[in-house]
Amino acid sequence: MKKLINAPSDVLAESLVGLAAAHPELRVDHVHRVVYRADPKPHGTVALLSGGGSGHEPLHAGYVGFGMLDAAVAGEIFTSPTPDQILEATTRIDRGAGVLHLVKNYTGDIMNFDMAVELAGAVAIESVVVADDVAVEDSTFTAGRRGTGLTVLIEKIVGAAAEQGRDLEELAVLARRLVASGRSMGVALSSSTVPESGKPTFDLPEDEMELGVGIHGEPGRERVPLASAKDTARMLVEPILADLDFGGVPVVVMLNGMGATPLIELYLVYGEVSALLKKAGVSVARSLVGNYITSLDMAGCSVTLLRADDEILGLWDAPVSTPALRWGI
Amino acid sequence: MTVSVSQLIDWMTRFDVLVEEHRTELTDLDSAIGDGDHGTNMARGWNAVVEKLNSEKPEYADDFGKLVGMTLISSVGGASGPLFGTFFLRLGSTAGHEQKVAVEHFAHALEAGLDGVIERGKAELADKTMVDALEPAVRAFRTGLAVGDLAYAARLASEAAQAGRDATRDELAHKGRASYLGERSLGHIDPGAASTALLFQALAEALA
Repeated sequence: MKKLINAPSDVLAESLVGLAAAHPELRVDHVHRVVYRADPKPHGTVALLSGGGSGHEPLHAGYVGFGMLDAAVAGEIFTSPTPDQILEATTRIDRGAGVLHLVKNYTGDIMNFDMAVELAGAVAIESVVVADDVAVEDSTFTAGRRGTGLTVLIEKIVGAAAEQGRDLEELAVLARRLVASGRSMGVALSSSTVPESGKPTFDLPEDEMELGVGIHGEPGRERVPLASAKDTARMLVEPILADLDFGGVPVVVMLNGMGATPLIELYLVYGEVSALLKKAGVSVARSLVGNYITSLDMAGCSVTLLRADDEILGLWDAPVSTPALRWGI
Repeated sequence: MTVSVSQLIDWMTRFDVLVEEHRTELTDLDSAIGDGDHGTNMARGWNAVVEKLNSEKPEYADDFGKLVGMTLISSVGGASGPLFGTFFLRLGSTAGHEQKVAVEHFAHALEAGLDGVIERGKAELADKTMVDALEPAVRAFRTGLAVGDLAYAARLASEAAQAGRDATRDELAHKGRASYLGERSLGHIDPGAASTALLFQALAEALA
Protein backbone atom coordinates (compact mmCIF):
# COMPACT_ATOMS: atom_id res chain seq x y z
CA MET A 1 0.00 0.00 0.00
CA LYS A 2 1.33 3.39 -1.04
CA LYS A 3 -0.76 6.24 0.32
CA LEU A 4 -0.21 9.79 1.55
CA ILE A 5 -1.35 9.16 5.09
CA ASN A 6 0.09 9.22 8.60
CA ALA A 7 -1.64 6.21 10.14
CA PRO A 8 -4.36 4.08 8.55
CA SER A 9 -6.74 4.53 11.49
CA ASP A 10 -6.45 8.35 11.41
CA VAL A 11 -7.25 8.89 7.73
CA LEU A 12 -10.83 10.10 8.16
CA ALA A 13 -10.20 12.29 11.21
CA GLU A 14 -7.16 13.96 9.66
CA SER A 15 -8.87 14.43 6.31
CA LEU A 16 -11.70 16.29 8.08
CA VAL A 17 -9.10 18.53 9.74
CA GLY A 18 -7.81 19.41 6.28
CA LEU A 19 -11.30 19.96 4.92
CA ALA A 20 -12.05 22.40 7.73
CA ALA A 21 -8.77 24.23 7.09
CA ALA A 22 -9.43 24.50 3.35
CA HIS A 23 -13.06 25.59 3.66
CA PRO A 24 -13.74 28.25 6.26
CA GLU A 25 -17.27 28.52 4.82
CA LEU A 26 -17.92 25.08 6.33
CA ARG A 27 -17.80 23.88 9.92
CA VAL A 28 -16.75 20.44 11.09
CA ASP A 29 -17.95 18.70 14.24
CA HIS A 30 -14.95 16.41 14.67
CA VAL A 31 -16.61 14.36 17.41
CA HIS A 32 -19.65 13.39 15.35
CA ARG A 33 -17.93 13.82 12.00
CA VAL A 34 -20.54 16.18 10.69
CA VAL A 35 -19.69 18.80 8.07
CA TYR A 36 -22.19 21.68 7.99
CA ARG A 37 -22.59 25.19 6.63
CA ALA A 38 -21.08 28.04 8.65
CA ASP A 39 -24.07 30.18 7.61
CA PRO A 40 -27.21 28.15 8.19
CA LYS A 41 -30.32 28.50 6.06
CA PRO A 42 -33.06 30.93 7.13
CA HIS A 43 -35.44 29.66 9.79
CA GLY A 44 -38.45 27.88 8.31
CA THR A 45 -36.63 26.28 5.39
CA VAL A 46 -36.15 22.55 4.97
CA ALA A 47 -32.63 21.26 5.55
CA LEU A 48 -30.99 18.54 3.46
CA LEU A 49 -28.79 15.88 5.00
CA SER A 50 -26.85 13.13 3.35
CA GLY A 51 -24.05 10.91 4.44
CA GLY A 52 -22.54 7.51 4.21
CA GLY A 53 -19.24 5.76 4.35
CA SER A 54 -16.17 7.84 3.55
CA GLY A 55 -13.90 7.16 0.59
CA HIS A 56 -16.27 8.58 -2.03
CA GLU A 57 -14.98 12.16 -1.88
CA PRO A 58 -16.11 14.70 -2.85
CA LEU A 59 -19.37 12.93 -1.90
CA HIS A 60 -20.86 13.94 0.55
CA ALA A 61 -18.99 16.69 2.44
CA GLY A 62 -17.86 18.30 -0.83
CA TYR A 63 -21.52 19.05 -1.58
CA VAL A 64 -22.27 20.96 1.59
CA GLY A 65 -23.01 24.61 0.92
CA PHE A 66 -25.48 26.97 -0.69
CA GLY A 67 -27.72 25.23 -3.21
CA MET A 68 -26.95 21.68 -2.07
CA LEU A 69 -26.64 19.99 1.32
CA ASP A 70 -26.93 21.60 4.75
CA ALA A 71 -24.77 18.90 6.28
CA ALA A 72 -23.02 15.65 5.52
CA VAL A 73 -22.29 12.85 7.98
CA ALA A 74 -19.08 10.91 7.43
CA GLY A 75 -18.85 7.27 8.39
CA GLU A 76 -15.59 5.34 8.52
CA ILE A 77 -14.22 4.42 5.10
CA PHE A 78 -16.87 2.42 3.23
CA THR A 79 -18.85 2.08 6.46
CA SER A 80 -22.16 3.76 7.19
CA PRO A 81 -22.21 6.48 9.84
CA THR A 82 -23.89 5.59 13.12
CA PRO A 83 -27.35 6.69 14.36
CA ASP A 84 -25.92 9.08 16.98
CA GLN A 85 -23.89 10.89 14.30
CA ILE A 86 -26.90 11.14 11.99
CA LEU A 87 -29.10 12.33 14.86
CA GLU A 88 -26.61 15.03 15.83
CA ALA A 89 -26.46 16.29 12.23
CA THR A 90 -30.25 16.21 11.89
CA THR A 91 -30.96 18.24 15.03
CA ARG A 92 -28.14 20.66 14.23
CA ILE A 93 -29.45 21.64 10.80
CA ASP A 94 -33.20 21.55 11.47
CA ARG A 95 -34.55 25.07 10.95
CA GLY A 96 -38.03 24.19 12.16
CA ALA A 97 -39.29 22.98 8.79
CA GLY A 98 -37.94 19.45 8.91
CA VAL A 99 -34.99 17.58 7.46
CA LEU A 100 -34.79 15.52 4.30
CA HIS A 101 -32.47 12.51 4.52
CA LEU A 102 -30.96 11.41 1.23
CA VAL A 103 -29.77 7.84 1.75
CA LYS A 104 -27.91 5.59 -0.67
CA ASN A 105 -29.38 2.11 -0.82
CA TYR A 106 -27.00 0.00 1.24
CA THR A 107 -28.15 -2.25 4.05
CA GLY A 108 -25.99 -0.50 6.64
CA ASP A 109 -26.93 3.03 5.59
CA ILE A 110 -30.63 2.18 5.63
CA MET A 111 -30.47 0.63 9.11
CA ASN A 112 -28.44 3.45 10.65
CA PHE A 113 -30.54 6.23 9.12
CA ASP A 114 -33.71 4.35 10.20
CA MET A 115 -32.46 4.10 13.77
CA ALA A 116 -31.61 7.83 13.76
CA VAL A 117 -35.16 8.64 12.65
CA GLU A 118 -36.52 6.45 15.47
CA LEU A 119 -34.36 8.40 17.94
CA ALA A 120 -35.07 11.86 16.49
CA GLY A 121 -38.47 12.34 18.11
CA ALA A 122 -39.69 15.86 17.48
CA VAL A 123 -37.86 16.69 14.23
CA ALA A 124 -39.92 16.08 11.07
CA ILE A 125 -37.90 13.81 8.79
CA GLU A 126 -38.51 12.41 5.34
CA SER A 127 -36.10 9.80 4.00
CA VAL A 128 -35.52 9.19 0.32
CA VAL A 129 -33.47 6.20 -0.76
CA VAL A 130 -31.39 6.47 -3.93
CA ALA A 131 -31.13 3.19 -5.87
CA ASP A 132 -29.91 3.76 -9.40
CA ASP A 133 -27.35 1.08 -10.25
CA VAL A 134 -28.57 -1.05 -13.16
CA ALA A 135 -25.82 -3.62 -12.55
CA VAL A 136 -27.89 -5.00 -9.71
CA GLU A 137 -31.24 -6.58 -10.34
CA ASP A 138 -33.99 -4.96 -8.35
CA SER A 139 -35.70 -8.03 -6.97
CA THR A 140 -36.78 -9.56 -3.70
CA PHE A 141 -33.70 -11.77 -3.95
CA THR A 142 -31.29 -8.88 -3.48
CA ALA A 143 -31.00 -5.88 -1.19
CA GLY A 144 -32.13 -3.85 -4.21
CA ARG A 145 -30.19 -1.56 -6.47
CA ARG A 146 -27.26 0.30 -5.01
CA GLY A 147 -27.23 4.06 -4.66
CA THR A 148 -24.44 5.49 -6.82
CA GLY A 149 -23.90 8.43 -9.19
CA LEU A 150 -27.50 9.63 -9.25
CA THR A 151 -27.02 10.72 -5.64
CA VAL A 152 -24.85 13.64 -6.81
CA LEU A 153 -27.49 14.88 -9.26
CA ILE A 154 -30.28 14.55 -6.69
CA GLU A 155 -28.32 16.45 -4.04
CA LYS A 156 -27.83 19.29 -6.54
CA ILE A 157 -31.40 19.44 -7.85
CA VAL A 158 -33.23 18.92 -4.55
CA GLY A 159 -30.75 21.27 -2.86
CA ALA A 160 -31.74 24.02 -5.29
CA ALA A 161 -35.42 23.33 -4.66
CA ALA A 162 -34.87 23.53 -0.90
CA GLU A 163 -33.27 26.98 -1.28
CA GLN A 164 -36.51 28.12 -2.96
CA GLY A 165 -38.33 27.39 0.28
CA ARG A 166 -40.33 24.34 -0.81
CA ASP A 167 -41.76 22.26 2.02
CA LEU A 168 -40.58 18.86 3.21
CA GLU A 169 -43.33 16.90 1.46
CA GLU A 170 -42.73 18.63 -1.90
CA LEU A 171 -39.00 18.01 -1.67
CA ALA A 172 -39.49 14.35 -0.83
CA VAL A 173 -41.83 13.96 -3.80
CA LEU A 174 -39.31 15.65 -6.09
CA ALA A 175 -36.45 13.50 -4.78
CA ARG A 176 -38.47 10.29 -5.29
CA ARG A 177 -39.37 11.38 -8.81
CA LEU A 178 -35.67 11.88 -9.53
CA VAL A 179 -34.83 8.44 -8.09
CA ALA A 180 -37.33 6.92 -10.51
CA SER A 181 -35.89 8.92 -13.43
CA GLY A 182 -32.18 8.13 -13.21
CA ARG A 183 -29.90 5.14 -13.77
CA SER A 184 -26.17 4.43 -13.46
CA MET A 185 -23.63 1.80 -14.42
CA GLY A 186 -19.95 1.56 -13.50
CA VAL A 187 -16.79 -0.31 -14.42
CA ALA A 188 -13.52 -0.83 -12.53
CA LEU A 189 -10.10 -1.28 -14.08
CA SER A 190 -8.44 -1.78 -10.71
CA SER A 191 -9.47 -2.36 -7.11
CA SER A 192 -9.40 0.28 -4.43
CA THR A 193 -7.33 -0.27 -1.28
CA VAL A 194 -8.92 0.51 2.08
CA PRO A 195 -6.15 2.02 4.27
CA GLU A 196 -6.99 -0.12 7.32
CA SER A 197 -6.95 -3.30 5.26
CA GLY A 198 -3.77 -2.32 3.41
CA LYS A 199 -4.35 -4.47 0.37
CA PRO A 200 -6.63 -4.32 -2.68
CA THR A 201 -10.24 -5.27 -1.92
CA PHE A 202 -10.26 -7.62 -4.91
CA ASP A 203 -7.75 -8.98 -7.40
CA LEU A 204 -8.23 -7.80 -10.92
CA PRO A 205 -5.74 -9.08 -13.48
CA GLU A 206 -4.13 -6.59 -15.90
CA ASP A 207 -6.22 -7.79 -18.82
CA GLU A 208 -9.64 -7.82 -17.15
CA MET A 209 -12.17 -5.34 -15.84
CA GLU A 210 -15.07 -5.58 -13.39
CA LEU A 211 -18.30 -4.55 -15.09
CA GLY A 212 -21.07 -3.28 -12.83
CA VAL A 213 -18.72 -2.57 -9.94
CA GLY A 214 -20.09 -0.84 -6.86
CA ILE A 215 -18.63 2.24 -5.25
CA HIS A 216 -17.11 0.27 -2.37
CA GLY A 217 -14.94 -1.94 -4.50
CA GLU A 218 -17.51 -4.68 -4.02
CA PRO A 219 -17.24 -6.95 -7.02
CA GLY A 220 -19.68 -6.41 -9.86
CA ARG A 221 -21.64 -9.09 -11.59
CA GLU A 222 -19.39 -9.86 -14.49
CA ARG A 223 -15.70 -9.91 -15.14
CA VAL A 224 -14.87 -9.17 -18.75
CA PRO A 225 -11.69 -8.81 -20.81
CA LEU A 226 -10.27 -5.28 -20.79
CA ALA A 227 -11.90 -3.45 -23.70
CA SER A 228 -11.35 -0.23 -25.63
CA ALA A 229 -12.96 2.99 -24.40
CA LYS A 230 -15.47 2.71 -27.24
CA ASP A 231 -16.56 -0.81 -26.28
CA THR A 232 -16.51 -0.01 -22.57
CA ALA A 233 -18.73 3.03 -23.11
CA ARG A 234 -21.15 0.77 -24.95
CA MET A 235 -21.14 -1.75 -22.05
CA LEU A 236 -22.04 1.09 -19.68
CA VAL A 237 -24.63 2.93 -21.78
CA GLU A 238 -26.54 -0.01 -23.26
CA PRO A 239 -27.78 -1.52 -19.97
CA ILE A 240 -28.93 1.94 -18.85
CA LEU A 241 -30.90 2.56 -22.03
CA ALA A 242 -32.33 -0.95 -21.85
CA ASP A 243 -33.57 -0.31 -18.32
CA LEU A 244 -35.30 3.05 -18.76
CA ASP A 245 -36.54 5.06 -21.73
CA PHE A 246 -34.48 8.23 -22.11
CA GLY A 247 -36.10 9.33 -25.37
CA GLY A 248 -38.15 12.46 -25.91
CA VAL A 249 -36.90 14.36 -22.87
CA PRO A 250 -33.85 16.46 -22.07
CA VAL A 251 -31.26 14.31 -20.29
CA VAL A 252 -28.59 15.15 -17.73
CA VAL A 253 -25.47 12.99 -18.11
CA MET A 254 -22.65 12.49 -15.64
CA LEU A 255 -19.44 10.69 -16.57
CA ASN A 256 -17.82 10.07 -13.21
CA GLY A 257 -14.30 8.96 -12.39
CA MET A 258 -13.79 6.36 -9.65
CA GLY A 259 -10.73 8.12 -8.24
CA ALA A 260 -7.66 6.90 -10.12
CA THR A 261 -8.62 7.49 -13.73
CA PRO A 262 -7.22 10.73 -15.18
CA LEU A 263 -9.50 13.38 -16.60
CA ILE A 264 -8.02 12.95 -20.07
CA GLU A 265 -9.42 9.41 -20.11
CA LEU A 266 -12.74 10.51 -18.61
CA TYR A 267 -13.21 13.07 -21.40
CA LEU A 268 -12.21 10.45 -23.96
CA VAL A 269 -14.87 8.08 -22.60
CA TYR A 270 -17.38 10.92 -22.44
CA GLY A 271 -16.82 11.49 -26.15
CA GLU A 272 -17.78 7.87 -26.77
CA VAL A 273 -20.78 8.08 -24.44
CA SER A 274 -21.96 11.26 -26.13
CA ALA A 275 -21.71 9.67 -29.56
CA LEU A 276 -23.59 6.57 -28.40
CA LEU A 277 -26.37 8.68 -26.88
CA LYS A 278 -26.67 10.73 -30.06
CA LYS A 279 -26.98 7.54 -32.09
CA ALA A 280 -29.65 6.26 -29.70
CA GLY A 281 -31.65 9.46 -30.10
CA VAL A 282 -31.03 10.67 -26.54
CA SER A 283 -30.83 14.42 -26.32
CA VAL A 284 -28.24 15.53 -23.78
CA ALA A 285 -29.20 18.84 -22.17
CA ARG A 286 -26.50 19.07 -19.47
CA SER A 287 -23.30 17.15 -18.83
CA LEU A 288 -20.85 16.77 -16.00
CA VAL A 289 -17.44 15.08 -16.35
CA GLY A 290 -15.06 14.51 -13.44
CA ASN A 291 -14.54 12.80 -10.10
CA TYR A 292 -17.80 13.31 -8.23
CA ILE A 293 -18.44 10.01 -6.44
CA THR A 294 -15.27 8.01 -6.11
CA SER A 295 -14.12 4.75 -4.64
CA LEU A 296 -10.78 5.73 -3.07
CA ASP A 297 -8.05 4.86 -5.57
CA MET A 298 -10.10 2.66 -7.85
CA ALA A 299 -9.53 3.14 -11.55
CA GLY A 300 -12.63 3.18 -13.70
CA CYS A 301 -15.71 5.25 -14.30
CA SER A 302 -19.47 5.29 -14.16
CA VAL A 303 -22.19 6.77 -16.32
CA THR A 304 -25.36 8.30 -14.90
CA LEU A 305 -28.34 9.41 -16.95
CA LEU A 306 -31.29 11.40 -15.62
CA ARG A 307 -34.56 12.13 -17.41
CA ALA A 308 -35.17 15.84 -16.91
CA ASP A 309 -37.71 18.50 -17.83
CA ASP A 310 -37.67 22.31 -17.77
CA GLU A 311 -38.23 22.42 -14.02
CA ILE A 312 -35.38 20.00 -13.30
CA LEU A 313 -33.03 21.80 -15.71
CA GLY A 314 -33.89 25.09 -14.02
CA LEU A 315 -32.98 23.60 -10.65
CA TRP A 316 -29.81 22.11 -12.14
CA ASP A 317 -28.75 25.53 -13.45
CA ALA A 318 -29.57 27.32 -10.20
CA PRO A 319 -26.62 28.80 -8.30
CA VAL A 320 -24.56 26.42 -6.20
CA SER A 321 -21.55 27.06 -4.01
CA THR A 322 -19.90 23.99 -2.50
CA PRO A 323 -16.30 22.73 -2.46
CA ALA A 324 -16.95 20.37 -5.37
CA LEU A 325 -19.75 22.00 -7.40
CA ARG A 326 -19.85 25.73 -7.92
CA TRP A 327 -21.60 27.74 -10.60
CA GLY A 328 -23.92 30.70 -11.09
CA ILE A 329 -22.48 32.56 -8.12
CA MET B 1 -29.02 -22.42 37.38
CA THR B 2 -28.33 -18.77 36.59
CA VAL B 3 -26.17 -16.62 34.34
CA SER B 4 -24.48 -13.81 36.27
CA VAL B 5 -23.66 -10.38 34.91
CA SER B 6 -19.98 -11.07 35.54
CA GLN B 7 -20.32 -14.11 33.25
CA LEU B 8 -21.93 -11.86 30.64
CA ILE B 9 -19.02 -9.43 30.92
CA ASP B 10 -16.59 -12.34 30.66
CA TRP B 11 -18.47 -13.38 27.49
CA MET B 12 -17.76 -9.99 25.91
CA THR B 13 -14.10 -10.00 26.98
CA ARG B 14 -13.59 -13.45 25.47
CA PHE B 15 -15.39 -12.44 22.30
CA ASP B 16 -13.19 -9.36 21.98
CA VAL B 17 -10.12 -11.62 22.12
CA LEU B 18 -11.60 -13.99 19.51
CA VAL B 19 -12.46 -11.09 17.19
CA GLU B 20 -8.90 -9.77 17.43
CA GLU B 21 -7.53 -13.26 16.71
CA HIS B 22 -9.82 -13.69 13.70
CA ARG B 23 -9.78 -10.09 12.54
CA THR B 24 -7.92 -10.76 9.29
CA GLU B 25 -9.97 -13.86 8.56
CA LEU B 26 -13.26 -11.94 9.02
CA THR B 27 -12.02 -9.16 6.78
CA ASP B 28 -10.90 -11.65 4.13
CA LEU B 29 -14.33 -13.30 4.16
CA ASP B 30 -15.88 -9.86 3.74
CA SER B 31 -13.50 -8.94 0.92
CA ALA B 32 -14.68 -11.98 -1.01
CA ILE B 33 -18.37 -11.07 -1.01
CA GLY B 34 -18.65 -7.67 0.64
CA ASP B 35 -16.53 -4.62 1.16
CA GLY B 36 -13.67 -5.89 3.27
CA ASP B 37 -14.18 -4.13 6.58
CA HIS B 38 -15.99 -6.62 8.83
CA GLY B 39 -12.98 -7.62 10.93
CA THR B 40 -11.92 -4.01 11.42
CA ASN B 41 -15.42 -2.87 12.35
CA MET B 42 -16.04 -5.73 14.79
CA ALA B 43 -12.66 -5.23 16.45
CA ARG B 44 -13.29 -1.49 16.82
CA GLY B 45 -16.75 -2.18 18.27
CA TRP B 46 -15.73 -4.80 20.82
CA ASN B 47 -12.62 -2.95 21.88
CA ALA B 48 -14.97 -0.09 22.72
CA VAL B 49 -17.39 -2.46 24.47
CA VAL B 50 -14.70 -3.97 26.70
CA GLU B 51 -13.34 -0.52 27.52
CA LYS B 52 -16.82 0.68 28.50
CA LEU B 53 -17.55 -2.47 30.54
CA ASN B 54 -14.27 -2.01 32.42
CA SER B 55 -14.95 1.61 33.22
CA GLU B 56 -18.67 1.44 33.99
CA LYS B 57 -18.89 -2.10 35.45
CA PRO B 58 -22.65 -2.70 35.00
CA GLU B 59 -24.20 -4.78 37.79
CA TYR B 60 -27.52 -5.64 36.21
CA ALA B 61 -28.32 -7.52 33.02
CA ASP B 62 -30.44 -4.70 31.57
CA ASP B 63 -27.65 -2.17 32.13
CA PHE B 64 -25.18 -4.61 30.58
CA GLY B 65 -27.34 -5.03 27.45
CA LYS B 66 -27.91 -1.31 27.08
CA LEU B 67 -24.24 -0.48 27.46
CA VAL B 68 -23.10 -3.14 25.00
CA GLY B 69 -25.89 -2.39 22.50
CA MET B 70 -25.49 1.38 22.49
CA THR B 71 -21.69 1.13 22.31
CA LEU B 72 -21.94 -1.15 19.27
CA ILE B 73 -24.53 1.05 17.58
CA SER B 74 -22.37 4.14 18.03
CA SER B 75 -18.98 2.62 17.22
CA VAL B 76 -19.35 -0.13 14.62
CA GLY B 77 -21.35 1.46 11.81
CA GLY B 78 -22.29 -0.47 8.71
CA ALA B 79 -24.99 -3.09 9.12
CA SER B 80 -23.19 -4.93 11.91
CA GLY B 81 -23.56 -2.04 14.37
CA PRO B 82 -27.36 -1.86 14.30
CA LEU B 83 -27.72 -5.66 14.07
CA PHE B 84 -25.40 -6.72 16.92
CA GLY B 85 -26.47 -3.59 18.81
CA THR B 86 -30.15 -4.49 18.54
CA PHE B 87 -29.32 -8.06 19.63
CA PHE B 88 -27.78 -6.88 22.92
CA LEU B 89 -30.35 -4.15 23.57
CA ARG B 90 -33.15 -6.72 23.31
CA LEU B 91 -31.21 -9.36 25.21
CA GLY B 92 -30.63 -6.91 28.06
CA SER B 93 -34.13 -5.48 28.27
CA THR B 94 -35.62 -9.00 28.23
CA ALA B 95 -33.17 -10.34 30.83
CA GLY B 96 -34.28 -7.43 33.03
CA HIS B 97 -32.97 -5.74 36.14
CA GLU B 98 -31.26 -8.85 37.51
CA GLN B 99 -27.79 -9.57 38.81
CA LYS B 100 -28.31 -13.26 38.14
CA VAL B 101 -30.56 -14.30 35.28
CA ALA B 102 -32.31 -17.66 35.55
CA VAL B 103 -31.14 -19.82 32.64
CA GLU B 104 -34.67 -20.31 31.30
CA HIS B 105 -35.02 -16.57 31.25
CA PHE B 106 -31.60 -16.16 29.63
CA ALA B 107 -32.74 -18.49 26.84
CA HIS B 108 -35.74 -16.22 26.44
CA ALA B 109 -33.46 -13.16 26.31
CA LEU B 110 -31.38 -14.78 23.54
CA GLU B 111 -34.60 -15.43 21.61
CA ALA B 112 -35.66 -11.80 22.02
CA GLY B 113 -32.25 -10.74 20.70
CA LEU B 114 -32.72 -13.00 17.68
CA ASP B 115 -36.18 -11.52 17.02
CA GLY B 116 -34.67 -8.04 17.16
CA VAL B 117 -32.01 -8.92 14.59
CA ILE B 118 -34.62 -10.41 12.26
CA GLU B 119 -36.84 -7.32 12.57
CA ARG B 120 -33.96 -4.92 11.99
CA GLY B 121 -32.35 -6.78 9.10
CA LYS B 122 -35.48 -8.38 7.64
CA ALA B 123 -33.44 -11.48 6.86
CA GLU B 124 -34.74 -15.02 7.01
CA LEU B 125 -32.96 -18.29 7.55
CA ALA B 126 -30.83 -19.26 4.50
CA ASP B 127 -30.51 -15.67 3.21
CA LYS B 128 -26.75 -16.07 3.90
CA THR B 129 -26.58 -13.68 6.83
CA MET B 130 -25.72 -13.77 10.54
CA VAL B 131 -29.23 -15.13 11.15
CA ASP B 132 -28.05 -18.47 9.72
CA ALA B 133 -25.70 -18.88 12.68
CA LEU B 134 -27.74 -16.97 15.25
CA GLU B 135 -31.08 -18.71 14.88
CA PRO B 136 -29.80 -22.32 15.18
CA ALA B 137 -27.58 -21.28 18.10
CA VAL B 138 -30.45 -19.70 20.02
CA ARG B 139 -32.69 -22.71 19.33
CA ALA B 140 -29.93 -25.15 20.32
CA PHE B 141 -29.39 -23.30 23.59
CA ARG B 142 -33.06 -23.92 24.50
CA THR B 143 -32.80 -27.58 23.43
CA GLY B 144 -29.58 -27.99 25.42
CA LEU B 145 -31.22 -26.70 28.58
CA ALA B 146 -33.98 -29.28 28.26
CA VAL B 147 -31.53 -32.17 28.39
CA GLY B 148 -28.38 -30.86 30.10
CA ASP B 149 -26.81 -28.12 32.16
CA LEU B 150 -25.87 -24.55 31.27
CA ALA B 151 -22.40 -25.44 29.99
CA TYR B 152 -23.90 -28.15 27.78
CA ALA B 153 -26.51 -25.75 26.37
CA ALA B 154 -23.87 -23.16 25.57
CA ARG B 155 -21.65 -25.77 23.92
CA LEU B 156 -24.56 -27.04 21.84
CA ALA B 157 -25.38 -23.46 20.82
CA SER B 158 -21.77 -22.90 19.78
CA GLU B 159 -21.76 -26.08 17.67
CA ALA B 160 -25.06 -25.09 16.04
CA ALA B 161 -23.69 -21.64 15.24
CA GLN B 162 -20.62 -23.18 13.62
CA ALA B 163 -22.75 -25.54 11.54
CA GLY B 164 -24.94 -22.60 10.52
CA ARG B 165 -21.87 -20.60 9.60
CA ASP B 166 -20.51 -23.45 7.45
CA ALA B 167 -23.87 -23.88 5.72
CA THR B 168 -23.73 -20.29 4.45
CA ARG B 169 -20.97 -21.44 2.09
CA ASP B 170 -23.56 -23.14 -0.12
CA GLU B 171 -26.22 -20.47 0.19
CA LEU B 172 -27.12 -17.71 -2.23
CA ALA B 173 -27.03 -14.27 -0.60
CA HIS B 174 -30.44 -12.58 -0.53
CA LYS B 175 -29.67 -9.74 1.85
CA GLY B 176 -26.89 -7.25 2.39
CA ARG B 177 -24.10 -6.34 0.06
CA ALA B 178 -23.33 -9.91 -0.94
CA SER B 179 -26.76 -10.18 -2.56
CA TYR B 180 -25.48 -7.99 -5.40
CA LEU B 181 -23.24 -10.85 -6.46
CA GLY B 182 -25.99 -13.32 -7.28
CA GLU B 183 -24.47 -16.72 -7.90
CA ARG B 184 -20.98 -15.40 -7.31
CA SER B 185 -21.79 -15.36 -3.59
CA LEU B 186 -21.81 -19.18 -3.64
CA GLY B 187 -18.79 -20.93 -2.16
CA HIS B 188 -18.08 -18.18 0.38
CA ILE B 189 -18.87 -18.16 4.09
CA ASP B 190 -20.88 -15.16 5.24
CA PRO B 191 -18.68 -12.95 7.46
CA GLY B 192 -21.60 -12.01 9.75
CA ALA B 193 -22.35 -15.70 10.32
CA ALA B 194 -18.64 -16.27 11.01
CA SER B 195 -18.50 -13.58 13.69
CA THR B 196 -21.77 -14.85 15.18
CA ALA B 197 -20.21 -18.32 15.48
CA LEU B 198 -17.32 -16.70 17.37
CA LEU B 199 -19.83 -14.93 19.62
CA PHE B 200 -21.29 -18.29 20.67
CA GLN B 201 -17.86 -19.86 20.98
CA ALA B 202 -17.11 -17.08 23.47
CA LEU B 203 -20.40 -17.75 25.27
CA ALA B 204 -19.54 -21.46 25.56
CA GLU B 205 -16.13 -20.53 27.01
CA ALA B 206 -17.68 -18.06 29.47
CA LEU B 207 -20.33 -20.52 30.66
CA ALA B 208 -18.08 -23.61 30.69
